[in-house]
This record gives sequence, structure tokens and C-alpha cells, in this order.
Amino acid sequence: MFNTASTTPGKLLQMLAALLLFAAIMGVILFIAGRLGRGKNGDKWVGYIYLLPAVLMLLIGLVYPGLRTIYESFFDAAGNAFIGFDNYKTIFTNEDELTVLRNTVFWVVFTPFVATAVGLVYAILVDKSRMESFAKALIFLPMSISFVAASVIWKFMYEYRPDQGSVKQIGLINQIIVWLGGKPVQLLIESPLNTFLLIIVMIWIQAGFAMTILSAAIKAIPDDIVEAARLDGVNAWSMFRSITLPSVRPTVVVVLTTIGIGTLKVFDIVRTMTGGQFKTNVVANEFYSQTFRADNQGLGAALAVLLFILVIPIVAYNIRQVRQGA
Amino acid sequence: MFGQPRSPRFRAALAGTLSAGLVLSIAACGGSDDSDSDTSSNASASAIDCAPYTKFGDIKGKTVSIYTGIVTPEDTPHINSYKPFETCTGATVKYEGDKSFETQILVRAKAGNPPDLAIVPQPGLLKQLVATGKAVVAPDEVSANVDKFWGKDWKAYATIDGKFYAAPLGASVKSLVWYSPKDFKDSNYEVPTTLDQLKALSDKMVADGKKPWCAGISSGDATGWPVTDWMEDFMLRTAGVDEYDKWVNHQIAFNSPEPTAALDAVGGYLKNDKYVNGGLGDVKSIATTTFQDAGLPILDGQCEMHRQASFYAANWPKGTKVSQDGDVFAFYLPGKDATTKPVLGGGEFVLSFADRPEVKAFQTYLSSDTWANTKAKLSSGWVSANKGLDPNNLTSPIDQLAAKILLDPATQFRFDGSDQMPAAVGSDAFWKQATSWITGQDTKTTVDNIEKAWPKK
Amino acid sequence: MSIVTPLTTGPEITPKQLSASAVAKKKLSSPWASLAAIVIAVLWTIPTFGLLVSSFRPERAIKRTGWWTFFSDPQVTFDNYKAVFGADGGVNMADFFVNSLVICIPAVLIPLALASLSAYAFAWIEFKGKNFLFLAIFALQIVPLQVTLIPVLEIFVKLHLTGTFWTLWLAHSTFALPLAIYLLHNFMKEIPAGLIEAARIDGAGHVSIFFRVMLPLLTPALAAFGIFQFLWVWNDLLVALVFAGGGNEVAPITLQLANLSGTRGTAWQLLSAGAFVSILVPVTVFLLLQRYFVRGLLAGSVKG
Repeated sequence: MFNTASTTPGKLLQMLAALLLFAAIMGVILFIAGRLGRGKNGDKWVGYIYLLPAVLMLLIGLVYPGLRTIYESFFDAAGNAFIGFDNYKTIFTNEDELTVLRNTVFWVVFTPFVATAVGLVYAILVDKSRMESFAKALIFLPMSISFVAASVIWKFMYEYRPDQGSVKQIGLINQIIVWLGGKPVQLLIESPLNTFLLIIVMIWIQAGFAMTILSAAIKAIPDDIVEAARLDGVNAWSMFRSITLPSVRPTVVVVLTTIGIGTLKVFDIVRTMTGGQFKTNVVANEFYSQTFRADNQGLGAALAVLLFILVIPIVAYNIRQVRQGA
Repeated sequence: MFGQPRSPRFRAALAGTLSAGLVLSIAACGGSDDSDSDTSSNASASAIDCAPYTKFGDIKGKTVSIYTGIVTPEDTPHINSYKPFETCTGATVKYEGDKSFETQILVRAKAGNPPDLAIVPQPGLLKQLVATGKAVVAPDEVSANVDKFWGKDWKAYATIDGKFYAAPLGASVKSLVWYSPKDFKDSNYEVPTTLDQLKALSDKMVADGKKPWCAGISSGDATGWPVTDWMEDFMLRTAGVDEYDKWVNHQIAFNSPEPTAALDAVGGYLKNDKYVNGGLGDVKSIATTTFQDAGLPILDGQCEMHRQASFYAANWPKGTKVSQDGDVFAFYLPGKDATTKPVLGGGEFVLSFADRPEVKAFQTYLSSDTWANTKAKLSSGWVSANKGLDPNNLTSPIDQLAAKILLDPATQFRFDGSDQMPAAVGSDAFWKQATSWITGQDTKTTVDNIEKAWPKK
Repeated sequence: MSIVTPLTTGPEITPKQLSASAVAKKKLSSPWASLAAIVIAVLWTIPTFGLLVSSFRPERAIKRTGWWTFFSDPQVTFDNYKAVFGADGGVNMADFFVNSLVICIPAVLIPLALASLSAYAFAWIEFKGKNFLFLAIFALQIVPLQVTLIPVLEIFVKLHLTGTFWTLWLAHSTFALPLAIYLLHNFMKEIPAGLIEAARIDGAGHVSIFFRVMLPLLTPALAAFGIFQFLWVWNDLLVALVFAGGGNEVAPITLQLANLSGTRGTAWQLLSAGAFVSILVPVTVFLLLQRYFVRGLLAGSVKG
């Protein structure tokens, strides 16, 4: 059962076995929870037992590697000599690394807000329209595209061909520039324009996520509230401001947070489109390059720790939310 | 995720390997008439002498896994070339091709999950893998084969701390300039035989109102590497092979006068607005043009010359005739004068992580002349520096040219320098700085920055 | 939300007709609002549309001219799709398809189940250290997958699980948990406390509340997260590369796609066709599951 399955029936059987095993484990947990729930302080124990499997998996799969990374960040490239905060010093003094930090700030500031805004507006606009399902599928489409494909897609948008004889543009944006009488631009070289062009790709992907979640939240607004507002003669804009937005606010926070964290971690887009060249590098990609390409485990680890640190403001904001909610 | 179209240090992996599928696609090429799939399968089925492999014991039913960066369609001739071994020994070879090979092999080795064999395209990566402590020294039989069929320098690339680890597999010739034979003939251009002639020819083309060179260095997160090849080629020519060796081993600093002069010499071509970038734009467009696309303007007559390795043969579109009298061909990037013949090249090595009999047997097979000749018959665009290789078995003109260059006694072969430098330079700073250099950074800042990135011992 | 403003001011132009028809309807009947929706939809679809067109164009045309040239000079070929399905390469796409499904189904169901349990505990059970634990799990979202590769692979090596589906199921499930718990917790929080209290008064324990009250209400949220998790797993390359390593028996379709572009990575024509093949399943899943959350997260059930 724990061997490599190589035939289709074998694979399906193994999957079935895994699901049954998992169901059995769930059964045991729920059974124990049912028993514990009856005792004194039962609630507390139910809480712990519900969390047990997830916490165990996280300890092994994320906490342990995370701690190991923090530890490694104080060591040199080969991981042999303790060098204190030198790796961090490099990050905050090296000119290239500072550009990396600047770009990461751009990414985190723009991507979540624009993607969420587009997703929210679109969700409202198509809500209850006749083509809603189809209209949503269009925005959702980019989410279902792998990064390999996305990089080809955007190549057909940003590609540059020179203004020379019979050479034709193959990137749509430059073609539009040419149609309008301009000269083609090497879009991915011009800094900081190029960083924003890459951010657009991320927004393009994430708007679908925002739209899906926010649309569900909009539909959850109780009909009677909407009805009451309507009877009061509220116009569409006030409706948005005083009914829709307050109702979906918690969801907006969730979406912003999720996209924000996802953006911090993004590296595929940068890697495939510019390779981090032309001043477009971001922390997650630099981390990957240092760890897996430049063979500098220590600096790579320090960059990963920097990601942990950058997420603190987002965590802090959510702490406030949790406090308010409690 | 992780869908980058380029694995970072793939380039030498490209080196020896073009496709069987490609054989079909460039069937119009001269010399490929005897390489259709029927004869290919006959060749692969041909019986071989099994004695060298069965002496490791009865390995029938055993499996050897081999992990490489060579993927579809180039993997087919590889897999087929293993068949004689499988047929005669009864062992099975499990081939795994992966574009992210060069990062994944390190992860797997470090985590203790390496394959039996890995086809490693750079000496630098080889060192990193040996440093994980998981690699196994090559068996004596392999060592003997390498002594017999390969030059000493090749053995040295895979010898670490006095121990020999990995036999070379394929090789590529990087000192090549692609051109259109027809266009040269029509315009009365002669293939240059010295660097000065190359410059004069370029100037003549400019005078004729043409852009002589086209280039492109974009390659995903490995963007910049073609410049490193240019610089290495010019280092070999302007400073000589001895200085080149010192430079690669950091016995002279990266920003000392010789490398600086070499990069400036490259700048005389790549950063010369009159010379570049035929059909592609201005100097800066070199940075955004993918290396795969960079030579294509030759076909449209928008550009005359493109410096790229023998494996570039695979990049010409279907139906392009690659031969001395075809649509495109390549000439040797000339030495400083007609008598010196430095050649920049690359190659792959077969590193083992297991010492089971079947693994040793297969390693021995791969290091033999038997395998080299089997592979030559199966694929187009593949050469090896294996002296047991019969050049007549090579199927395409460009392979024959590459083999001729490799086997020429006057040739001073040097392995790609950036592949041997520490990863922090060879696959990071060198690439990044070279890209900045193309987009405007001056030579001095460039070499200074690379020198700064060299790991301190 | 200032960015929203210019786009939604459209409806303000017609601020009358107050009570008659639904305001929501009116928003859409406003030509400006419809226009805005269409503009967004078009902008979002053009890039993918370009890929779709390209996937039917011959290689030479793709590399020489823009995809819009197709409309003035249509050249159609199915070669790219034929190549993707291995007409001449001999690659069996079907096997990889099965692999992807076998990987995805448990890798979606397991974290969903575990995360709903945890989210429930965080949302509706009081215990010591709850807030701290919740924020800790939330913060784990930031741990980049890449730092886990070597440590987790080492563990799998020790357990002799490498090269099996188990590694992928376990890895995907673990990596999904922080976000899943965070999202589901937020959905669960919004369920009115009265519903839970009523059930408790009726003598229901946390197990039966979880099944009888929570799960039915959560269907839309589970469907939504299920889709995302499915997409992430379906499109994942990194986890599969590292943990499934060892050959084609367990490799998902993405791995095959990534390799489709060839060793030199120039085969865009194959990539564009391959991308469309791989999109089909996720989009189908989206369309199928959409009806679950289109109904609205809590709509109806709360009132009833």
C-alpha cells in the first residue's frame, strides 16, 4: 500500500485506500471527541483533539523547516561557519538587495489592493446578471492557468520586436503602440515600469480569487437588508458604500491578507518573465536564486526569514481583527 | 509553480543532445537520409558484446535509474541508445528527464534521495554534488575506459580531491559562428580565419549597409549566459589558454587587465551599434531577445552572423537546411591568428550515487565506445570527445564539423569557464552583471562587481 | 478602496427610479455599469484569448507575427494539439492525467476535512491558547514552500515513501492547512452564534453541531476553497518535482507540460496547446462547483 503504484487500477486503489485510512483516522478523532465532550472541561479537550492532526502536520511540515531556516540564516554560504547577522547586513547594504526590497514593497502595496478592488467591483457588477456564471468564469480563467502557460500568454503581450523593415510585432502592447504611431518599447527593460508590468500579471491572476470569494460574501448579504435599503430609496452608490461594503468588509480583509501573503511569496512570474534581471527582482525570487542557484544557503535562509518578518504587519493587523471579533 | 521554461544551468545539458524527433523535422538536411526512424531502431537493436557488463554479476531483472535535464524530444535517442545494454544484460534502465534537473538534483542529493546515476552538465555542479557526500567514486572499469577514450583534461574535470568520479558523456563545441552560406556566396564574403579578418568582415558588412551580428542573451533566470560564452571565447583568444585557466581558477582576479580587455573586445562587437542587433533592434534588445530566437534573423537576411554553440542547430525552424551549401551553417570562430586554435566547449558527466553491480555495469557501458557509436547513429546534433567514436557514424554536417574541430590535433580545448567557477559567480553574478553590462553598465564596474561576488576562502 | 470609486460612480448618473425595480438590477441596466463589466471582462480575457488563437497557428507564424494577424491571414493547424497528445512523440498524456487526478482528490479532501475541524475549534470552542495558536497557524502561511523541500524530503526518505503518491498527498495537505484554516475560520465566524447556542441547548455536542449545523451551512465555503486547493494542486509543479521524483509513475500533467517546451524551451506552439489541455479540467470543475457558492454563503439557511 505504501509502494509506488504503476498501473491505473493500482493507482486508483491506492487512492481509495488512502481515503479510507484517512476516513478511519477522522472517525477515531470524532469518536474520542464525542467521548471527551461529555467530561468536565469537555469543550477544551474537544478543541485540542480537533486541532491535533493539523497541528502535528504543521509542526513537521512547516514549523520545523521554518526554524531550521532561521538557524541556517546565521551561517555562511556552505552552512559551516557561524557568521551572526552578516547575511542580514548584506541584504540591507548591498545595492542589488536593496532594489529587491524596494520592488517587494511595490508588489505588496499594489497587488492586493488592485486585485481586490477589481474583484469586488466585478463581483458587484455581474451579480444577479443573466450571464453571471459565464462572466465570472472569464475572470476566474487566469487562476486556472499554470505559471508555465501564463508566461507564454504574457510573452504575447509584452514581447518587443524592433522598428525595422519587415519585422512584425508579436506582443500586443507594442503593436498597439505602433498602430497609434509610436515606436515599439522594450517594455521589460525599463525600470521601474517593468516591475509594474509584472505586477499586472499577478493582479490578473489574483482578481479571480478576490472575485470568487467576494461574490460569495455579497450573496450572503441578507435580502431583507437590501430590501429595506431599497425601500428607503438608496441609490446604487450609497448602497455600495453603506450596505455592500460594510457587509463584506471582513471578507475584504481576508482577501487582502491572502493575496498579500501570496504576493510576498511570488517568484514564478519574475523568474519566468525577467529572471529577476533589469531591476525586477523580489525577495522570494532572490531567496530561490541564492539557495538553489548561487549555492549560498545562508543568504537564502536570511532572505526567507526576511519574508517571515515582512508578514508581521499583516499578522498584527489580523491580531487586531481577532481581538475585535472576540 | 516552478514552471520556468529554463532550468538555470541547463546550457551544457543542451550540449550534446538533439532529438530523434528533430531528425524527422530536419529531414531535409544533408546527411540525414540514413537516419530515419527505421534504421534508428535497427541500430539500437544491434547486438553488442555483453562481456564487459555481465562480469559485474547477473543483473537480470535489476533496475538502474538515471536522472537528467534532457527532456522531450531529445530524450528519445538517449533512451533508445540504452536498449542494447538492456537487451544483453536483462537489466532495465529507468530514465527520468526533468527541466529543473540542475536545482532538483541538489535537493535530492542533500535530502538523501538521489537517483542511481545523474547526467551532470557542469564540473561546478559536479563538485557541489560530490560535496554532499552522497556521490560514489567511479568504478575502475569506467576509469580505464576514460583513460582509453578521452583526453587527460576531460578526466581532470571530473576528478575531485584526487578521486575520479564521473565519465564524460557528450560534448559540444561553442566556438562557432552561424551564417548563411548562400548569402556569403552572393555577397562575396569569405569565412574569416583570424580575429582581424572577422572584424574586417564585420566592417565590410556595415559598409554594405548591413547589420553583421545578431545576438540574444535572454534565458529566463539564466539570462546573461551567452555573454559569458562570448567573454570566455575572447579570453581564450586575446589572452591565451594559460591566462584563461588562471582566470577560471581565480589565480588572477576577475577584474585584472586580461579579462577586462577580453570583455572590452566582446564589447567591440556586442555593444557596437553598427554591428548589432540585426533584425532585433538596438544593443539593449540583446538583453530581451531569447538566445533561441537570436540567430533566426539570418534566415531573413536581416543579420549575417550569430555566435552560438553547435547545439543551436536544433533551433532552426523545420525545413531549414543546415549544411555547408544549405540555408545556414557555422564556421569556427577564428583564433587570434590562423595557427592557434582555441576551442571553447561544454559537456556532460555521468555521476553515480550507488555502487550496485547493475549501476556499475551501466556506467561502464555509457563510458564505452560502443555506446558512443550507438548514440551517434541514433541522433542528430550530438557529438562526443570519445576517441572511439567513428565520425562516419555522425549523421549531420554540423556534427561532423564539431567532431572535426574536437579531434583536430591543433585544437586547444577548454571547458566553459563559468561552468567551473563557483556557483555564486558562474551561475549568478557573472550572468547578472553581464546583463547589466549589455544594458549600459561599463566594463570596469562589471568586472569589479563580479570579482566582489567571488566567494572568499 | 479609492480605486473603486471611479468605476462605480456610473450608476450615480441615474439616481432616480428609486423603488420600482431592484437596485441591483438597476446597477446592471445602467449602460455605464455594463460597460465597466464588459471592459474588465475583455481586458482579462484578451491575454488568454491570444494564447487560444496561437495554439492553432503554425510554429513559424507564431514566431514571426502577432496572434491578431490570424484574423487577416488565418492559418489554422492542429499540429500543436497532435504533438501534445503524443501523435509522434509517443507520450501518453492519459497516464499523466490519471496521476494528476489521483494526486488531486485526496490532496483536496484531506486538508478540507482537517481544516474544517480546526477552523471549527478556533471559531466555536473556548480553550487556552486559542488566539495564539490561531495566529501562529495563520502566520505559517508565509513559510515559503522552498524552505521545506529538503527537510521534508529527508523525512520522506526515512519513511521510505519517496516516489509514491503518499508524499504528495501529505505534502499538499500540510501546505494547504494554514490558508484553509484561516479562510474557513472566517466563514465559520460569520455563522450566527444563535444557531450554535440553540443546538447546544438542545443538548448537541460539538461533534453533532459540526456535522448537523456547520457542514451544511459551510457547503459554499468548502466548495470555494475546494476549487482553489484543486487548482493549486492541479497546477503545482514544485511539490511534484521534489517529492514525487523518480519517474513517470506518479508525475502529474504539469510536469509533462513543463517538459513539453523541450530542452531548449522554444516550443511555444506546443506550450500554448498544452496549456489549453491542462486548463480544461480546472475550468470544468469551476463551472460545476460554482452553483454551490453562487447560491450565497448563508443565504436562505440563516433565515430558515
